[in-house]
Amino acid sequence: MKPAAFKYHRPARLTDALDMLASLPDAKLLAGGQSLGPMLNFRYLMPENLIDLNHVTELQGLSWLADDALRIGAMTRQFQLEKDEGLFTRIPIFREALRWVGHYATRNRGTIGGSLSHLDPAAELPGICALLDAELRVQSAGGRRTISIHDWTVGFMQPNIGEDELLTDIVVRPWTQPHGFSFVEMSRRHGDFAIAGVACLLAVDVQSQIEKVAVSVIGISNGATRLHQAEKALVGAVCTDDVIQAASEEIAQLEAPADAHHSGEFRKRTAKTLFCRAMQQAYQDAINRRSVQ
Amino acid sequence: MSELHAVGMTINGQSYRADIEARMTLADFVRHVCGLTGTHVGCEHGVCGACTLIADGRATRSCTMYAVQAHGSVLTTVEGLAQPDGTLHPVQQAFTDFNGLQCGFCTSGMQMTIAAYLEENPSPTEREIRELISGNICRCTGYQGIVRAALDAAQKLRESR
Amino acid sequence: MGMRNLGAAVHRIEDDRLIRGKGKYVDDIKIAGTLSAAFLRSSEAHARIKSIDLAAARAIPGVVAVYALDDLGPKASQRMVQAYPNPAIKIDVTPYPLAKDEVCYVGEPIAVVIAENRYLAEDGVQAIGLELESLACVIDARDALKPGAPPVQTAFSSNLAATLNWKFGDIDQAFTDADHIFEQEYFQHRGGPHFMECRGILAQPDVAGGRLTIWSSTQSPFLVRRYLAAYLEREESSIRVLAPDVGGGFGPKAVHYAEELVIAMVAEKLDRPVKWIEDRRENFVSTNQQRDQWWQVQVACRSNGHILGIRAQCIHDNGAYVPYGVLLPNTSIVPFPGPYAIGAVDIEFHSALTNAVPTTPIRGAGRPNATFVIERTVDTIARELGLDRAEVRRLNFVRKDQFPYETGAKLPSGVSVQYDSGDYHRTLEMALEASKKESFEQRRQAAAQVGKWRGLGIASYNEDSGLPPYEGATVKILPSGRVVVEVGSCAQGQGLETIVAQIAADYFGVQTHEILVRTGDTDLPALALSTVGSRVAATVGPSVHLAAQAVREKALKLAARDFEASESDLEIADGRIAIKGVPGKTVGLGDLSRRLIANVNLPVPVGFSPGLEATAYHTTTRPVYANGSNVCEVEVDIDTGEVELLDYWVAHDCGTIINPRLVDGQIIGGVVHGIGNALFEHMRYDRATGQPLCNNLGEYLLPLATEMPQIHVQHMESPSPVNPLGIKGAGEGGTIPGIACIISAIEDALRPLGVKINEYPLSPERLLELIDEKRQRKVS
Repeated sequence: MKPAAFKYHRPARLTDALDMLASLPDAKLLAGGQSLGPMLNFRYLMPENLIDLNHVTELQGLSWLADDALRIGAMTRQFQLEKDEGLFTRIPIFREALRWVGHYATRNRGTIGGSLSHLDPAAELPGICALLDAELRVQSAGGRRTISIHDWTVGFMQPNIGEDELLTDIVVRPWTQPHGFSFVEMSRRHGDFAIAGVACLLAVDVQSQIEKVAVSVIGISNGATRLHQAEKALVGAVCTDDVIQAASEEIAQLEAPADAHHSGEFRKRTAKTLFCRAMQQAYQDAINRRSVQ
Repeated sequence: MSELHAVGMTINGQSYRADIEARMTLADFVRHVCGLTGTHVGCEHGVCGACTLIADGRATRSCTMYAVQAHGSVLTTVEGLAQPDGTLHPVQQAFTDFNGLQCGFCTSGMQMTIAAYLEENPSPTEREIRELISGNICRCTGYQGIVRAALDAAQKLRESR
Repeated sequence: MGMRNLGAAVHRIEDDRLIRGKGKYVDDIKIAGTLSAAFLRSSEAHARIKSIDLAAARAIPGVVAVYALDDLGPKASQRMVQAYPNPAIKIDVTPYPLAKDEVCYVGEPIAVVIAENRYLAEDGVQAIGLELESLACVIDARDALKPGAPPVQTAFSSNLAATLNWKFGDIDQAFTDADHIFEQEYFQHRGGPHFMECRGILAQPDVAGGRLTIWSSTQSPFLVRRYLAAYLEREESSIRVLAPDVGGGFGPKAVHYAEELVIAMVAEKLDRPVKWIEDRRENFVSTNQQRDQWWQVQVACRSNGHILGIRAQCIHDNGAYVPYGVLLPNTSIVPFPGPYAIGAVDIEFHSALTNAVPTTPIRGAGRPNATFVIERTVDTIARELGLDRAEVRRLNFVRKDQFPYETGAKLPSGVSVQYDSGDYHRTLEMALEASKKESFEQRRQAAAQVGKWRGLGIASYNEDSGLPPYEGATVKILPSGRVVVEVGSCAQGQGLETIVAQIAADYFGVQTHEILVRTGDTDLPALALSTVGSRVAATVGPSVHLAAQAVREKALKLAARDFEASESDLEIADGRIAIKGVPGKTVGLGDLSRRLIANVNLPVPVGFSPGLEATAYHTTTRPVYANGSNVCEVEVDIDTGEVELLDYWVAHDCGTIINPRLVDGQIIGGVVHGIGNALFEHMRYDRATGQPLCNNLGEYLLPLATEMPQIHVQHMESPSPVNPLGIKGAGEGGTIPGIACIISAIEDALRPLGVKINEYPLSPERLLELIDEKRQRKVS
C-alpha cells in the first residue's frame, strides 16, 4: 500500500504555507498524518502536492491570553494537550477525553487542528471544542476569519473552510466557577472510533440545582453536537433519574446514519445511555467539588 | 520519475543520507535504504503498531510518516535498544524472561512503545500498560506475557535508578 | 541419562535475535537486483474479463514487465494442483495462476507488475486498463445451494462443492430410545487469520544455473516445493524452498497460493530475483479465511442428561475455489463426538461455493466449530432439563478407565478413531476448582446489586493433534563437538528450535542453547510435510528423540571400544563421554566425530559407518488426543450490550510437556483467538454486491490487550502411548473451546431473561437485539 507520487513542500513559516496553499494545484495539508497518511497509503487520496505543516512553529503551542482564554495552535500535538498541567488544572476534561483519542503513538503525532479539519463524526476533540464554545481561527493568503465551533461542521467530514484556508488556532475559555465534568464513551475496543460519546460540564448551586450545564455528543449526526434543548431543560433542576431521562430524549431527534458496522438506531440508543451516565457522573462531580470550596 | 529529496537523519547514533522520493515512508527508508530491518511493517495504515520506532524522543508509527518529514531527525529503532556491548535493554530482557514474544513480528514495535512510555511513566499500573499497548496488535501471545514483561521492566528500571 | 532440558521452562533460542530486531522475515532478505511485484486484483465479486490493456503500465519508467495469464507462457495454461484430492469433492476447481477469462471473488489476481520497487509496481497496477463485465454473484452459502442460484463459477451449473457424511453407531435407535429430543440452530463465523506478517515470497534463480531458490512466509516448504515442481514440470530437487522467520501462520500460510507460483515463474522468465510482499489490504481479499457455517442440530438424550445420539446438518461457505480439498469440512465433522462417549452420530455436511475468498483452515480449523455445536448442545440439555452443566459433562465424558477409547468412527484413511489417553473428568475439575465455581452464585448476586449481569461459562473439548504420518529429524555431532539438529519442519512463533534443542540436549549432556538448530529448508536431509493442526511437536519431537538416541548410541559404542569398557559403564556430560567413577578418562563427542569422518587414506573405525549423525522418522498412523476444559466469568451490561471478560481458566492436557512456558504461551494466545472469534471478528461481505465490508484493521476487530481477561492456565500430563515421548499438541487447545466458553458465559449471565445465544460473533448491537426480543422492548 504505497502512496501515489506527490510533490512535497516544507514551509517554515505560516505565510509560506498560505502562499503555497493558494498557488499549488491539488494540494493537501499534512498535519499529524495519522488520518492522512493511511488515506495516501491506500491511494484513496492522490494529491499532486503535499504541504507539510510540521515545521511551521507559529502553529504550535498553547498560550494563555490576557482575558483568561486559552489559545491552542492548530499544530499542537495531542500528547502536548494531554500533558499540559496548566490545561489540566483549568480544563481537566481535555485530559480525560484525550485518553480515548487513538493510541499513545498516534497522539505523539496527531494534532488538534488535524482532528478538527478531518472532522470524523466520532472524533473526541471536536466534541470538547463544542462543549467549550470554541472559536476557530483560519487564515488564507487573503485574510483571516474566526468561526464558532457551532458553525464549523457544514456536512459529513466537511469543515467550514475554503480550499486556500488553513486552521491556525483554537481559542477556548475555561469555566470560571467551580464545576464538575464527565466524559463517557463507548467503543468496541479501547482507542477505536466511538460508537457514541458524551462530554459534560456542569455547575450546581448550594441547593444542588443545576446552575450551568453544557453537554455535547459525538458519534451521531455529523459529529460534535451540543444538546441545547437538554441544557435548557436541565438548568434549575435537581438531577434526578427522571430529569436526566427526559433530557436524553433530544438525542432521539438527531439524525444518525447507518454505516457498514453499526445501525443509526444503535448509535442513538448508546448515546442516550451514555448521556444518562455522563450526567450522573458530572452532577456528582459538581457536588463534590462544590463541597470542597 | 518524481523529484528526489536529499534526506539525512541520525538513527541509533549513526548518520544516514540518501536521495529519495517524497512518498517513501519512514518505515521503508529505515528498512530498505538504511538496512535496519528490525522495524516491521504490518498494516501501512497506522493501526497495528508493528512499525513503531522513536523519532525525536516520541514513539512514532513509521508507516504514516514519510522519510522526508524526518529529515534532520534523531531516531532510535529496535536495533538501538541494547547497549553497544550487546547488553539487552531491561525491556528486551523482560520480554525473553516473561515469554513476551512468539513469532516476533510485533515485538519490535511493542518494545519501542513500552521503552518510550517507561521514560515518562516509570510506575505504570497494569491497566495503564494495557491501554498503552492497545495500539499494538499481537496475534500470538494474547498479551499476558507482554504485560508481565512491561511491568517487570518498569520495576527493574526503577531499581536501577 | 537424566532429563534436565526436557520439561524445563528454558528461555527460547529464537528470542535473542527477535528481541534485537535481527530476525529475518522474507522482506528482510536482501539480494542485490531484486525486483518487486504488485498484483492487479479483481474489484468485482464475479465478472467476465472483457479486456486487459497492459501498455500504459509497461510504459512506466522503472516497470520491468507486466504479465497477464497469457503472457506467462504455455506452462501457465493449467489450473493449479489440487493439494488434497478427495473423491468427496464434486467441484474440484482450483485457480489458474492468474485469472483466465473470469474472476470469481473480489481480490482474485488478474495481472502482475514487476518493477524496480513496490511503489512503481503499484503505479503500474493503477495504470492497467481493465474492463470487467459484471456477472451475478452469491455470497450466502445457503443461497448458493438454493435451486436457481447463480453459478459462482460459470463453468459449473451447481455450487455444491462437496458433500460429506460423518456417521457411526445406530442413530435411528438412539432417537427411538430417547426421552427427549432437542433441536437447535447455530450460526458460526470465524473470520481471517491476520498474522502480523503478511504473506510474502522471494524467488531467486540460482546464479550457477538450474535451480530455483524460494523463501516463502509459509508453513509448508516441502509441500510448496512439491506443488511447484508438479505444476512447472520440473524435478523437486531443482527447487529449494525455505521458510525463514515467519511472523505467524495460523493455517492459511500452509496453503500454496497462486502468487507463489506466479512469482516463481516470473523470476525464471526474467532470470532475476523477484519479491512479492502482501500488504494488509491484499491480505483481506487474498489470504484464505474461514467464514460462515449454518448448523441444524438434533440431540437425543435421556432424562438424566445422558446423550444417546447427535444428528446435524451443516451448510458451509467454501469460497470461490477449492485449493485445499475438503480438509476444512472434514475437521468440522470428524471431531464429533468430542470428549463424550456418545454412541451414535450422523452428520451431513454441504460445502458451497460462494463468490468470496476461498476458505481453508485457521487455528483449530473446523474443530472450534464442531466443539461449539457439541458444547452448546450439552448446555442446551442442561438448560432444558434443569441440570447442572458440569454434571451433564461428567455424566457423558469418556471415563479414564475407558482409554484407549474407540468412538466407533473410522477416519477417511480407514483407521478407527481411538482416543489414546486422558482424564477428562480431572481437567474439568481442575478448571472448575480454579474458578471457584462454588462461590460463583455469591459473586453473581453481588454484581446484580449494582446492576451488572454476571455469568459463568464452561466448555470442554478434546483435539486430534500430532496428525500422521511424520516429520523427520537429523541430529549431527560436528568435529567441533557442536550438536546440530536439523528438521525440515518450520515454525511461525511456536518455538520449534527450542523444543527440538531441548529434546536433543539431554542425550549429550549439553544445554539447550548450545545446540545449533536449522529448520524449514527442503535441502535439509530429513523429509517434512507441514506445520498444521498442532502436529509438529508430537511428530518431530519423537523423531529428534530417535535420531539423538541413535547418535548417542553410536558415540557410546565407539567410546566403549576405545576405553575397553562396557557401554553401561559410560556417561555423557558436557559433551564428553567418561567412565563412571574414573575421572580423567574422557573423550569429547567432537573427537569421536572427527574419527568417524576420517580422511583420505585414514580409516573409519572398523565396524562403524562414516560420520556421527543420524536421520530418523517416528511415523504414526493415528493422531494423539489432547484435551481440556475452560471456564470463564463475564459481566454483561444489558443497557449497552457490552461484555466484560473478567477471568478465564484453562485446565489443559497436552501429554508430556517439553517446555511449560511455550505451552502456556500457545494456550493463552489460543484463548485470545477464541475470544476474537466469539466477540470481535466478523469478515463481512455485502450480500448484494459481494464486496468485502472489512478492508482494514480498523474495520476488522482483532483482540487488543485492553479487553482481555487474566488467563490462568493449569496443566496435567497424560502421556500418549502413541509416540515414545508421550507428546500431544498444544497449539489450538486455547482456541478450540474458547468460543463456546465465552458464549456459554454470556447466555448464563442472561439466564434470568431466558436469552439463548446460538451464534457468534456477538456484537453489542446484536446482543441488545437478543435481549430486546426477550424483554419485548422497542429500540428507542
